[in-house]
Amino acid sequence: MPGLGGRMSTVVKAKISKLLDRAEDPGETLDYGYNKQLELLQNVKKGIADVVTSKKRIQMQQGQLEQQVVKLDTQARQALAQNREDLARAALERKAVVQGELQSLDSQVAELEKQQESLTDNEQKMRAKIEAFRTKKEVIKAQYSAAEAQVKISEAASGVGEQMADLGLAMQRAEDKTEQMRARASAVEELEKAGTFDDITQLGPPQDDIDRQLAELSTGSQVDDELAKMKAELGQGGGGGDAPALEEGSKEQQA
Amino acid sequence: MIVRISGEGQYEVPDDQAERLNELDNEAVAAAQSGDEAKFNELWGQILALVTKECRPLADDELVESDVILPPRDVTLAEATSEFTGEGLIPD
Repeated sequence: MPGLGGRMSTVVKAKISKLLDRAEDPGETLDYGYNKQLELLQNVKKGIADVVTSKKRIQMQQGQLEQQVVKLDTQARQALAQNREDLARAALERKAVVQGELQSLDSQVAELEKQQESLTDNEQKMRAKIEAFRTKKEVIKAQYSAAEAQVKISEAASGVGEQMADLGLAMQRAEDKTEQMRARASAVEELEKAGTFDDITQLGPPQDDIDRQLAELSTGSQVDDELAKMKAELGQGGGGGDAPALEEGSKEQQA
Repeated sequence: MIVRISGEGQYEVPDDQAERLNELDNEAVAAAQSGDEAKFNELWGQILALVTKECRPLADDELVESDVILPPRDVTLAEATSEFTGEGLIPD
């Protein structure tokens, strides 16, 4: 083998060989273990279904957060109309946090879509290899002596075995990723249940997206800009007289 | 030389490209060891491009063992580094 000795490539190869060693002899597995193959393909299907479920859950959450954005925006306008700039500011600050969360969900959905695509592609490759092996094995058996056939079949089997091991690795990575996203999604869901991001600090100590966004917010420029824009709009609209009542306004009052 | 990109598939790398691949691989290892993330990402991108754009993909039904297996496309510097120190992608 030219080059690449002791490099990242060979290390991964070693990992895969190790996985293969841990399994039964791939030749044997493929020769007799039809159920094993079906099991593996079944697992991949399950893996793909998990990814799709996670994606749907996140998309549902996006829908809810989008409603939040509209609601907070309306509340901010109502507050301003009643000259409650403090309340308007609070609502806009929350809106900015929710919008930040929405953005991070966007990238999570994109990531899951990639995972789904790659697993589907992998499953297809696995199927093709298993089928090719099945055919090739019969041809080899018909053409060669038992001893020669053994060697040739085990060569072909290691090609399938490598694909199997690599598929296992891909599934593990996909699982790890969906697991992380699920944990994150649960945290956001909890907040939703607890009451519309009322207490943002509930997200906990780790410096996650929301913490970072909050830190950015402390500069306040985004909120200031939006507040100014909203004021201008309201000023132009000249709507003071029949300002709608402030929904849940008193509940949100802080500081 | 047959190269697999983990999670993607196999490619047949001609000898002259294999040499270039080896060089890039050495550089990527050096970048990873010195913790130079930007450089590592750039080299890793070059490695992927070389294999996927310059080399022939194997058909799904070809049954060949790879000479070299590259990490998954989305490998991070942290993962690459832990690979070198032996902790590995697959926990024992």
